[in-house]
Amino acid sequence: MNYVLGNKKAIAVFLAPALLVYLAVMVIPVVWSFVYGFYQGNPILGFEFTGFDNFTKLFTDDTTRTATVFTLQYAAVITIGQIILGYSFALLYVFVLRKSSTFVRTMVFFPVVLPTVAVSLLFARMFQVAPQVGPVNALLGLFGIAPIDWFDSGAHAFVVIVVMDLWRTMGFYAVLLYAGLIEVPEEIIESARLDGASGFRLVRHIVLPLSLPVLLSSIIFSLNSAFKVFDSILALNNGGPGTATTPLNLYMFQTSFIYSDYGYGSTLAMLITVLCLSVTLLIFRSSRRDLTKA
Amino acid sequence: MTAIDHSRDVSTPRPRARNPETRRPSRTGPRTRRTLVKVLIGLILLIELYPLFWILTSSFKSQDEFLTQPLWSLPSALSWDNYVQAWTTGNLGRNTLNSIIVTLPSMAIILILGCAAAFALEVMIWRGRNNMLLFIIGGIMAPIQIILLPLFTIYFKAGLSDSYWPMIITYVGHGLPLTVFLMATYFRAVPRELFEALALDGGGPFRAFFNVGLPLVRSGVFTVALLLFFSIWNDLLIALTFNVTDDYSTIQVGLLHFNDEYGSVAYGPLFAAISITVFGTLAVYLSINQQVMKGLTAGSVKG
Repeated sequence: MNYVLGNKKAIAVFLAPALLVYLAVMVIPVVWSFVYGFYQGNPILGFEFTGFDNFTKLFTDDTTRTATVFTLQYAAVITIGQIILGYSFALLYVFVLRKSSTFVRTMVFFPVVLPTVAVSLLFARMFQVAPQVGPVNALLGLFGIAPIDWFDSGAHAFVVIVVMDLWRTMGFYAVLLYAGLIEVPEEIIESARLDGASGFRLVRHIVLPLSLPVLLSSIIFSLNSAFKVFDSILALNNGGPGTATTPLNLYMFQTSFIYSDYGYGSTLAMLITVLCLSVTLLIFRSSRRDLTKA
Repeated sequence: MTAIDHSRDVSTPRPRARNPETRRPSRTGPRTRRTLVKVLIGLILLIELYPLFWILTSSFKSQDEFLTQPLWSLPSALSWDNYVQAWTTGNLGRNTLNSIIVTLPSMAIILILGCAAAFALEVMIWRGRNNMLLFIIGGIMAPIQIILLPLFTIYFKAGLSDSYWPMIITYVGHGLPLTVFLMATYFRAVPRELFEALALDGGGPFRAFFNVGLPLVRSGVFTVALLLFFSIWNDLLIALTFNVTDDYSTIQVGLLHFNDEYGSVAYGPLFAAISITVFGTLAVYLSINQQVMKGLTAGSVKG
């Protein structure tokens, strides 16, 4: 048995190819990226050592500040939206539709698999004013509201971004949380019902505490992907007007490939990484503390 | 457990206190409740499906109809001109081919390397395998942005820039950690006795992998394959970063460029292009939707 499963040669054959690719494509570039932080330039024109300049620039650069604020704002709104909508759908699937929820589940989930670029272009057209008012402005027109140019200010564009990304992703969180909810033992809910708990109280005191673990991992997942938001905004309005709706990720991309500054681009990439890691650890630790208390 | 039993004991001897509570939902009446649910579902379907209906009808409209007809009007004729234009002048045909050329090999390489590595880390017995597994899984945490710039330099220096390789290599490296992790959890569920039996029969490690391990995690492989397919097919960041010439543009990049170049003049063809990508992906999804939901959420529940 050990002769077969402890065969060193076989282990090497199975593991080495994946390990080599992983080292070359992930591990070495991550370290390399850190080194880039101390340089300015790009591989075509060459690099110049600038010490900690990129890191101090991080704190003085106005665009970085607005991009960070926008990213945090976006992440907060999107995560709250995704979790509330996702949880409401999950409750609807489990407690109202029950066995017949498959069809609705499929319908709410499908935008998740659609290409983000296509969805963004579609929403840009749905909210447009010219050449023809889009469905959204037409709908507002029914209530007597004059057509709004949704891409003329950061605040307006933010609304479109949030609506679009919630439409696109809520089905994902609904299925994720649904998977957690059906794990809640039927007997517990039944006995709570017999005790007279129903509706909101049943959810608040019984279902919510029991689905806390999956809720927590959904929040972590949601925040992590929100910090990395890129393609939906790039394709919708390219972070405009100006840099009003530019998230860190898009700014990093523009710095690197439009302004060809790999050094500062790497520093921004590091900022995104630190943001993701620290939020994940923070939620992890606070959840641990709560569990020991309970 | 004791708390539950206790509450059950208490609730049975006092039916009067329980009655008004359990009756409360029925005050609205089962019929109004059912109507409410129906209205809610109708609203959900409208929100989900109207955008699709709108792309489809718009994709058949002529330029004239966009400018002169009201928004709600349906196209006057079922003309495929927009689609032909999107597919040829818009280069969507070429882009689709590129997406296939990039996605399928990437998926295949990730699955082969990932399954083998997961087998070595989960089933094979050796010292340090747990640390190695953690080391590889750690890659799930690294955001893709951080590896792009060094990789761009490497590909440029290696003279690979002008090919499909930068995309394929990057997708493979980035997709591996999650694949190894998920496949390891699937291999964990395979009973050890099967491998022992094979060893007693004189089978070697390679037979253990190909004849016992892989067939038993088949559904896991399929689930992971779907996860990989949608994440690579719909990716924009990597495809855009390594897109040095239009010859290698994937669908997502092509669609973005098409919008920049023609989006503000050729409304019909743009809608046709959106429609092709959306309904194409939708067709793949609807043919296997239960598996897709399972696959795409597996990555985050387990990760």
